Amino acid sequence: MYTNKEKARPRPAKAASGSGLVQTHSHLKYPHQLNFYDQPPVEDITLEEFETCALSRLRVLGEIESSFARNRSWDELVQITNKQCENHGLKLNASTAISQDLDGERRRDHVGHFVLRLAFCRSEELRRRFVKAEMTLFRVRYESMTDIDEKNQFLQSLELGWEAVTEKELAEYHEHLVAAATSKEVLELTKQKKERYYKVRWTRVPDLIEKRRVFLNAGMAWVPHREIASIIYQEFQTRLDKALQMTAKALPRLDEDTRIIPILDNLSQGFLAGVSSEWGNASSSGNGSEVTADMVDDIARKHYPACMRNLHDCLRRDRHLKHFGRLQYGLFLKACVLGLSIEEALLFWRKSFSNMQDDKFNKEYRYNIRHSYGLEGKRANYAAKSCQQILLSDQPGSSDNHGCPYRHFAPENLQSALLSMYSSQGLTSGDLPEIMHTVKNGHYHVACTRVFEITHSKQVSKGEGIGGGESVTHPNQYVTKSREMEARMQVKDEDVVMG
Amino acid sequence: MSVAERITPEVMLAFYRRLYPFKSIFSWLNQEHTPTRLFTHREFAFTLAGDVYLRYNSFNSADELKKQVCNLNPTRFEIGPVYSARPKDKKVVRPAAFSPKLRELVFDIDMTDYDSIRTCCSEADICKRCWTFISAAVHVLDKGIREQFGYVHLLWVYSGRRGIHLWISDREAMELTDEQRKALVGWMTVIQGGKEMHKKVNVRQGNRPLPPSLGSSLKLLGQVFSDLILGDQDCFSSKEGWESLLALLPQAAAEALDKLCIETRAETSEERWEVLRKIRRTHASPALEAAVEDIILQYTYPRLDAEVSKHRNHLLKAPFCVHPKTGRVCVPVDPATVDQFDPEKVPTVLQLLDELNDVSSMVTGDNGAHHSDWEQTSLKPYVEMLDKHVLAIMNDVRKMKRGVSDYSW
Ligand SMILES: [Zn+2]
Repeated sequence: MYTNKEKARPRPAKAASGSGLVQTHSHLKYPHQLNFYDQPPVEDITLEEFETCALSRLRVLGEIESSFARNRSWDELVQITNKQCENHGLKLNASTAISQDLDGERRRDHVGHFVLRLAFCRSEELRRRFVKAEMTLFRVRYESMTDIDEKNQFLQSLELGWEAVTEKELAEYHEHLVAAATSKEVLELTKQKKERYYKVRWTRVPDLIEKRRVFLNAGMAWVPHREIASIIYQEFQTRLDKALQMTAKALPRLDEDTRIIPILDNLSQGFLAGVSSEWGNASSSGNGSEVTADMVDDIARKHYPACMRNLHDCLRRDRHLKHFGRLQYGLFLKACVLGLSIEEALLFWRKSFSNMQDDKFNKEYRYNIRHSYGLEGKRANYAAKSCQQILLSDQPGSSDNHGCPYRHFAPENLQSALLSMYSSQGLTSGDLPEIMHTVKNGHYHVACTRVFEITHSKQVSKGEGIGGGESVTHPNQYVTKSREMEARMQVKDEDVVMG
Repeated sequence: MSVAERITPEVMLAFYRRLYPFKSIFSWLNQEHTPTRLFTHREFAFTLAGDVYLRYNSFNSADELKKQVCNLNPTRFEIGPVYSARPKDKKVVRPAAFSPKLRELVFDIDMTDYDSIRTCCSEADICKRCWTFISAAVHVLDKGIREQFGYVHLLWVYSGRRGIHLWISDREAMELTDEQRKALVGWMTVIQGGKEMHKKVNVRQGNRPLPPSLGSSLKLLGQVFSDLILGDQDCFSSKEGWESLLALLPQAAAEALDKLCIETRAETSEERWEVLRKIRRTHASPALEAAVEDIILQYTYPRLDAEVSKHRNHLLKAPFCVHPKTGRVCVPVDPATVDQFDPEKVPTVLQLLDELNDVSSMVTGDNGAHHSDWEQTSLKPYVEMLDKHVLAIMNDVRKMKRGVSDYSW
């Protein structure tokens, strides 16, 4: 076994180039571009690697999930998934790409998959979603594989146990196979007796059966060579599903490793909330202009997501907010994007609580605000809450205003709130059924993203999210993107005037 | 007094005590002589008078089941899946440790799904004439499942009123996941779309030939179509029926057909179909031929209640239960003679108890053991049919056990 990483690296490209030698894969620890994940990683993994590999993968899977929820076409999904893989170091290169650290990228892929197995084996719901997202990722990669030889070598390594249909059988059932062919290509090849067929038990290709895409005889599905991918996806799904159930049974033993459990909890919670990426404390990409207290009303009207808009409106109406509402809104205002300075923040809150005596404000609220800016107490610099935190922690009580309206409002209230907040920006009651449908299915961030698309229809079209297909994962991200788009529009308008 | 009123709790109790074939039902579900998980982990659900519904019952033996049935005296009971734990322990095991594992693959065909076609009866009613729809469905499904899926242990059971159930006990069929069941139902489903949809058959690509499985069903259904749809039910003589048919044809052909039928005064379905034959020559096109085939399927292909088949945890009424309205016993039906089956001749619980009384009044004396009283009644051939079916299953299981280990999960 290699213990030294260097040994496992492919040789520098120089040696092979121009010499006409065919690079073999035998020196690789991971000989195949793709992985069926039948074997867990056996080498030591650092805690950091454990977490980073998993987080990268989680982001990719999260984007796949939201692609489903947003009804993206398969082509769009492939494009977005490939892009996400590239962004998060999960692009897998063909074995012929000798200049790449093939073992390195394959190892990251391998480790990330197995860490997430641990996080997602723990409930039926998580398992179902994980299997679906993983199978999709596998399918995207498999479809993008161009090297036929490498594909075939990979298939052989899987030992799927199908049986080739004999010449005699092909002749006997020729008519049936012609009638059963569903694609033009397969039909032509079958007519010319050139298509190869494989027999598998029908239970292994339920999707082909359901759509009547194969010839079925005595429980055996006759699958044309061209439809083999379908068997592979099914097999991937079946094996992963079984493996996850086994892992779930074995997991209590893992609980002893207390360093890992919090990481796993965090990973699976994020996925459940439908939030894949921690947008949190990314540095400000704003347009440089200072935000002052008296600008907040205008920004709120034009750029806020529903959660913050609701808090802002409540604050204006009641001249007060309860503790968690203040916390959620205060940290939001403070955070990098709006970048409300401590002075402006105190001013903003002081003005907002306009029917409160100075005394009381100074005593009870000033400290809290300074605290949230890290100027009091532990002096911790608290981060603004992400969608995940808003969705999952500090559930609002009956008289609270904080939380996520998509999740915490009654459907009728949500609809009227959305109309009152956004109808001036183009949202109509005709948009509501689609939004409410997503909400009903628990895809709150998708609903929020859709509202963003509707209210920014000049800048993004349906499916583009807050730009580039990204979904809403953080209220501050929502505001930043919205303000960036507005700034860009203004620049464009100016261009037009000048031209 | 109506039949339903005459089926008193006392009548039902006597039926369960003296006639219900618990042993045969046990062997059928258990597939072996000594109790296995197939029986002990199996859910039974009871419907009591006043619509009380008791779920998650399970029993260790046929005797235990019989005892409880006689205690509760349900109007009927249903059979569910084999769970990973005993259903009666559901409350004490972790939810994760309680999930459906095995279950016969079941189908339900109900006459009400044919209401838009049949002209002789409607809703709850059924007669010998409309039973022909059911027997056509039995032929198609029985043949299809045996030939295409390779299953052999199929039990057809009359539902007691206007439909039929199919239970498949092959090992692979028992083990199917919900996803696989859904796929199989998809394969078997041809009639789709609700009331508002004219064309309910969409199974081909363009005008390509039917998939082979449906091609062979079509051969079987062509005869049914001319006897039943054109002849007996005369589906296309009414204005409504005629318009439904025209809506399924390519427009030019439909217009020509309608015109020619008026000119030639073709009024019965048979006459009108004869005119269509002429149109098929004058307006010959692959689209028209495909439409004609699809029409035959739409009017005769089995209409499945898909939801029943898709999920392992669906409950289905046990064979030999009594239908509370008709009093008829849900007896097994031999697919080979399903054409001769007459739902109105199925023995009722009242009739069977009368037969018993006749016997016991003749053979006075020791009446201690009643366990095979059904042998004295017209229930006998039906129980024997089940027993023969069970024997074949048990033989298979024995052979398989010699080869591989038993059910394990
Ligand atoms: Zn009838």
